[in-house]
Amino acid sequence: MSAEIVVTNAVKVFGSGAAGVPALQDITATVPEGQFLCLLGPSGCGKSTLLNAMAGFTPLSAGTISVGGRPVREPGPDRGMVFQEYALFPWMSVEDNIRFGLDVKGVPKAQAEATVARITDKLGLADFRTRYPKDLSGGMRQRVAIARILALDPPVMLMDEPFGALDALTRRTLQDELLRIWAEDRKTIVFVTHSIEEAIYLADRILVMTYRPGRIKRDVTVPMPRPRDPASAEFNAIKRELGQLVMEEQARFTDAELHAPAVD
Amino acid sequence: MTLSSFRGVLVPLGLLLLWEVLSRTGAVSPVVLPPPSAVAVKWWAGLQPALPYDPGQESYLSWLFSGEMPHDAVSSLGRVLAGFALGAGLAVPIGLMLGTSDGLYSLFNPLLQVLRPIPPIAYIPLAIVWFGLGNPPALFLIALGTFFPVLVNTIAGVRQVDSIYIRAARNLGAGRWTMFRRVILPAASPFVLAGMRIGIGTAFIVVIVAEMIAVSDGLGYRILEAREYMWSDKIIGGMLTIGILGLIIDGAMSRLNDHLLRWHRGLER
Ligand SMILES: Nc1ncnc2c1ncn2[C@@H]1O[C@H](COP(=O)(O)OP(=O)(O)OP(=O)(O)O)[C@@H](O)[C@H]1O
Ligand SMILES: [Mg+2]
Repeated sequence: MSAEIVVTNAVKVFGSGAAGVPALQDITATVPEGQFLCLLGPSGCGKSTLLNAMAGFTPLSAGTISVGGRPVREPGPDRGMVFQEYALFPWMSVEDNIRFGLDVKGVPKAQAEATVARITDKLGLADFRTRYPKDLSGGMRQRVAIARILALDPPVMLMDEPFGALDALTRRTLQDELLRIWAEDRKTIVFVTHSIEEAIYLADRILVMTYRPGRIKRDVTVPMPRPRDPASAEFNAIKRELGQLVMEEQARFTDAELHAPAVD
Repeated sequence: MTLSSFRGVLVPLGLLLLWEVLSRTGAVSPVVLPPPSAVAVKWWAGLQPALPYDPGQESYLSWLFSGEMPHDAVSSLGRVLAGFALGAGLAVPIGLMLGTSDGLYSLFNPLLQVLRPIPPIAYIPLAIVWFGLGNPPALFLIALGTFFPVLVNTIAGVRQVDSIYIRAARNLGAGRWTMFRRVILPAASPFVLAGMRIGIGTAFIVVIVAEMIAVSDGLGYRILEAREYMWSDKIIGGMLTIGILGLIIDGAMSRLNDHLLRWHRGLER
């Protein structure tokens, strides 16, 4: 199955009339199969909204999104989602979490077991299979969440600030691990972040988004070979350029938040 | 024994001693307050099997429980468990339905809010009118006492399920039935179990009252019967047994909770 993502004139307005929040305005983009794409922008610029629309959680107000030539209508296991809050089922052990999608799909027991064994090995979770999520560190939990998706071998992975809550070292380890996984089976990845450095470290291509309404401000290709050195001159040149763009939007964000009427 | 645990028994021991002295010296009539030693003797006697053990007649276990008090305790416990099973068995599925469907919830919630504050004891006259005397009204009242706490908690439990779990499950391809059985039900289970713990506590209160009114065995019946003869020592002994049984039920429920919710973050120690 091809895994190209095509977004055509996507519009999303939350609410209606004067109170409506224009989260996405006329976004058009194509993510070729196997590309590692980062969505970058300040808080509230619509990154999650666009990702949720791709996942099939949020219906668009106008426009279309298709994955592998099929229009997105509802969530499905062909677009594995990794959430910032991990979203593991706390009542299931690590292995049951990973097996869940296979159970739903009706994969035979022996085959499911083999898949779980392979994936837990791959992500260094073999010793944690019978633990419950509450006993794991944040980094381990996010590994399980990734393993849960990988078990279904989806052509597309959608990740919403998956490493946002982790400490710097764990974050780097998981970034490297994700790159390794991606290099092995070249899934199409859409990865949301508001860290400029994370975007440059990971992505083939970065879409910088504007704040309200969410639009694509700049489409940047990262030409560096991997592994990338965040201390290199080239890395820092891109970082400066993107930093400038993001700061402009951040300023608009701060402005809007300061002058917005208080709501609670 | 450490100093602090010694201090903990100091007050009860002192009171027992005072109580013993008061009734032994005749300062208080033994009908009003029999000496604790008499209560203990009576309690111990109630525990004993009525006849000597005869292996040809019955098993050792049933002989051991053939004394009046064990027999009553087993009757009361049986009623609590049967009424609880009935009440919770109805409340959980109904609660799951009302919790998942906004339509059903808005239809039934007002009725629920009207019925819920009526204490189960207030249903006694109606229960007797409907079911006469005997076990049926007792079971009805116990089931009722269990039903509302379990129902209310189940509804609340389902309604507070974090939408992130639902989204994750949908993303992994879960259909309605899987969602219900493997996501909503376990996610709501801490609430459901908390409701069951309250429910079985209520059931235990109701069983004592129901036995005083509708049946002729059980711990509640026995202490009311003892009152007819002014056997204060037997009354207090019976109360003691009721307390012990309540402790056992709550302890068992709490162990079950800990086991079923071993995954729950709130139980981290
Ligand atoms: N359900 C909703 N109802 C109303 N407004 C919403 C809703 N979801 C998002 N918004 C608004 O849409 C805009 C985009 O939100 P979105 O969550 O996509 O931003 P984001 O880029 O992911 O931000 P963050 O970095 O904080 O996660 C925000 O201004 C937000 O307030
Ligand atoms: Mg977001």
